Amino acid sequence: MSLDLSTAITVFVLAVLVGFEVISKVPATLHTPLMSGANSIHGIVVIGAMLIAAQAHGPLGYVLVFVAAAFGAMNVVGGYVVTDRMLRMFRTRPEHGTDHGADQGPRE
Amino acid sequence: MSPVESAVRYVLLAAAACFVFGLHLMNSPRSARRGNALSAGAMAVAVVATAVLLLDRGSVTGTGWLVLVLGGAFGSGCGLYAARSVEMTAMPQLVSLFNAVGGGAAVLIPLQDLLGSPHPAALGARVTVPGALDVVIGTVTFAGSLVAAGKLQGTVPGRPLVFPGARALAVLLPPAFVAGTVWLVLTPDQTAAPLVLLALALVFGVAMVLPIGGADMPVVISLLNAFTGTAVAMAGFVLGEPALIVAGALVGASGTILTKLMADAMNRSVAAVMVGGFGTDGGGAATDAGGGAASVRPLSADDVAIQLAYARKVIVVPGYGLAAARAQHELGDLVQLLEAHGVEVSYAVHPVAGRMPGHMNVLLAEADVPYPQLKEMDEVNPEFPQADVALVVGANDVTNPAARRPGTPVSGMPILDVDRARSVVVIKRSMGHGYAGIDNELYTDPRTGMFFADAKQGLIELRAAVRAFVG
Repeated sequence: MSLDLSTAITVFVLAVLVGFEVISKVPATLHTPLMSGANSIHGIVVIGAMLIAAQAHGPLGYVLVFVAAAFGAMNVVGGYVVTDRMLRMFRTRPEHGTDHGADQGPRE
Repeated sequence: MSPVESAVRYVLLAAAACFVFGLHLMNSPRSARRGNALSAGAMAVAVVATAVLLLDRGSVTGTGWLVLVLGGAFGSGCGLYAARSVEMTAMPQLVSLFNAVGGGAAVLIPLQDLLGSPHPAALGARVTVPGALDVVIGTVTFAGSLVAAGKLQGTVPGRPLVFPGARALAVLLPPAFVAGTVWLVLTPDQTAAPLVLLALALVFGVAMVLPIGGADMPVVISLLNAFTGTAVAMAGFVLGEPALIVAGALVGASGTILTKLMADAMNRSVAAVMVGGFGTDGGGAATDAGGGAASVRPLSADDVAIQLAYARKVIVVPGYGLAAARAQHELGDLVQLLEAHGVEVSYAVHPVAGRMPGHMNVLLAEADVPYPQLKEMDEVNPEFPQADVALVVGANDVTNPAARRPGTPVSGMPILDVDRARSVVVIKRSMGHGYAGIDNELYTDPRTGMFFADAKQGLIELRAAVRAFVG
């Protein structure tokens, strides 16, 4: 799966510009979930861990794959779950009669 | 390219598009949760598609699959546990930790090629240049984020730690990175260069974050977030995998924007933050000496309760002290009581309130405060003159009117116009200084009353006093 270098750089530059455009519209209220959500997105590195598994030869290679897969998976799973947990707390009206609801089940 | 390969290509492209759209949905609290779910779904699809691709190629050995699955399961378990159990006040540490592991994983990807390739001499600059960048940036992020998380958690002292030779390291290491990269590119068939780069970057990451003080954490976390994104994009270059390039670039962009916003809100350049220490540019100690004599007006809980209960409009200004005392629920309770009594209450949230961008909003959301009541600085500043009471809880420098004048360490810092409210109540443990190390002129304003208490205890007392008063 090789990508021409100039194509790769083009993709990178355009994605940075798209990122600037999309993210500058996010209000300050949501900056923490935004950062946490962006954090989960860089968890895509777990795909990289899968791809290098194809080249793993010998113990060193497998150790690298194991650690990369563990780090990447922790990043992805933890990131999305905690972002959702935060976003679930943002609501327009408080629900009365609840305790300090960190986890009061989903509200759509 | 086999049909499976092309199909997987398009699936990964669609996933990258969903990441962008997911971030786009984050521009409103109403749709943000859907955005995150879309992004998570796209990630799951991308992982499955990659697994299909690897199965189709048959290039991963049985052991390889076992290692992948075990690693993935272990990491997922840890991530899930951390995400479920973390307290909202500890969110900055967790985000730092995820930054660290993301950066760490990105470092390992080029190492597979650089250390383990059967034909290392054949590696062109196409792999070695982004590989070296990935190793350096990713390792700096890994080490720096762990130190930052330690500082936030309190296991590493939060104050700026300056050690002899730190400046020398900061000057000497970047050229060393360039030299190491050149060495690697010219002789890709040895394993010393990547390991030397790795070791130097570890030292640099630690040395970079140790001297940075707790107040600058929002800037540092944002910057490290940008670094992780860049490291992941570099891993994408090494693998020739556009999905990694796009995702990494998006995160790099978001981290960069937040770094800029945070640095602006603290009136500091990113460079000044990295050099470390507030007030090191002089000024701080000098303006501080003369100010101690002015008198302040202490208030009791009952005084404050009467003021609050008679007010029509109250603006609450929560700051870092509220987060540190974990008093967000007590504040929410007090405000609910006031609202039930017919007082109009809103919250003025400064961009750097808390320890990471937007942290205060999350803490207040946790305390059941509806988000429309959370107002950003530009939105709320014109409302202060109509407020009967501005209630400042654990905020200091961001309310100091001295920022409007030149010649003080906070000059030019965007502040909340608390002093323009009809009266001001400050809940604070003592007359201690904020991070800028200067007196807050707000406290000696004749319209300001000081309620000396710990944020949590003070709010509990206030609520009891208001309740007794309004019956």
